[in-house]
Amino acid sequence: MTQAISQLLDKTHYFKGLKCKECGAEYEAKAIHVCEYCFGPLEVNYDFSSLRGRITRQDIEAGPNSIWRYRQFLPVETNDPIDMGTGMTPLLKSHRLARQLGLKNLYIKNDAVNMPTLSFKDRVVSVALTRARELGFTTVSCASTGNLANSTAAIAARAGLDCCVFIPSDLEAGKVLGTLIYGPTVMSVHGNYDQVNRLCSEVANTHGWGFVNINLRPYYSEGSKTLGYEVAEQLGWELPDHIVAPLASGSLFTKIYKGFREFVEVGLVADKDVRFSGAQAEGCSPIAQAYRENRDFVTPVKPSTIAKSIAIGNPADGAYALDIARKTNGNIESVTDAEIVAGMKLLAETEGIFTETAGGTTIAVLKKLVEAGKINPDEKTVVYITGNGLKTVEAVQGAIAEPFTIEPKLESFERALERAQTLDRLEWQPSLV
Amino acid sequence: MSVKVLIPTPLQKLTNDQATVECQASTIADLLESLEANSPGIKARLCDDQGELRRFVNFYVNNEDIRFLEGKSTALQDGDEVSIIPAIAGG
Repeated sequence: MTQAISQLLDKTHYFKGLKCKECGAEYEAKAIHVCEYCFGPLEVNYDFSSLRGRITRQDIEAGPNSIWRYRQFLPVETNDPIDMGTGMTPLLKSHRLARQLGLKNLYIKNDAVNMPTLSFKDRVVSVALTRARELGFTTVSCASTGNLANSTAAIAARAGLDCCVFIPSDLEAGKVLGTLIYGPTVMSVHGNYDQVNRLCSEVANTHGWGFVNINLRPYYSEGSKTLGYEVAEQLGWELPDHIVAPLASGSLFTKIYKGFREFVEVGLVADKDVRFSGAQAEGCSPIAQAYRENRDFVTPVKPSTIAKSIAIGNPADGAYALDIARKTNGNIESVTDAEIVAGMKLLAETEGIFTETAGGTTIAVLKKLVEAGKINPDEKTVVYITGNGLKTVEAVQGAIAEPFTIEPKLESFERALERAQTLDRLEWQPSLV
Repeated sequence: MSVKVLIPTPLQKLTNDQATVECQASTIADLLESLEANSPGIKARLCDDQGELRRFVNFYVNNEDIRFLEGKSTALQDGDEVSIIPAIAGG
């Protein structure tokens, strides 16, 4: 019996093929992403019936310390995936941020320290490139606002795949350098992300490359489910009450939801209603606008915000994100660029986490929702921080303090220290001293 | 008006594997009829039962999303390039 169970778990994969999210048409698990009949997005279709009640928490805990501990839930066949230690990032119980916001049960999922390139994108790219290799691609590519380019270039280098990435020409310098170092071909396109993406879908049609977020998208996007699995595991195998996550295309948001539902389906966690709240930057908030106006469709916008990593004016999964926020009794809110910078500083000063603009957006929205009474202080709330602030230093330059420049003399130091102590501190800070 | 239409891979079975086709049309609505005349069945892929463009279909005229123009009433000029692109994920 034990042997039979272990054979069952050794079965290499549980995905059956692809299925249209709109009309349900089924396809083979190839490099395709669009339904031929209705243009709907294709999603990986699984049969978890043989896993239900058989895969245990101990099986997962005994696995690698990376997203590949959840291999049975991911759309790859191999036993030897590309594993750079991606995932299993810290889930921190917040004390200082929570106290400032008036929350009692706040957790921070910190993908600012994800491996190898310090954003959640390493999760999706690890899955996409593992699958790309299985499908026989030798060149991989992506359209990117920066983080995805970093990740695709790095993991392609590790896997020995050729790589060509497309980015908008106005990206932050850190994100460009953090791609070039891995030696891919980089196309810097005059245009915004939506235009870059459109160009790429034309290139994908003609060059036979594996585009992680186009023809490999059904596999790629599944990697985000691990942000749901990990939080459930790290909370001691239970679901939170409320999550707050950034919304760009809406894919991450919908996949965290899918991850939670799958864990319930196979019996790894008890069922529970989890509220899903989404964060957008006001300068690119098509999903938040649709939410406010009670629409079930998303009208595209032209982005204008410092939060470039989430500046997608035409979000592919926007309608699904709206649906999830509404049916889970969550919210979708937007914040200004000034609030985003304040959010980045707040997280850094209270929790020691330097996130990028997307994380600043999420923290600012968390704050806004709390202030509006839309998050109960007792709710077990998880806020997702998806990227690292060192990549977007431009965003906070001018908004943070300057160092005190002093002479190498005690007197000079004492004078500067006195000045430092008379400067305005955060008003809430003295009460903690 | 003679316009060039870029056909996405999922629809090329209907255009004899052609990635671009030339069409005569004065608006996007007109173009849909013209495409249908040349490639029967293509309109049903692009439009729902009410004849509205499906929500995962994006039309661009010379690089501009028609939702920023006049939608299906967007006028076409000789030499315009129309792209039909499925919705795409984030990055």
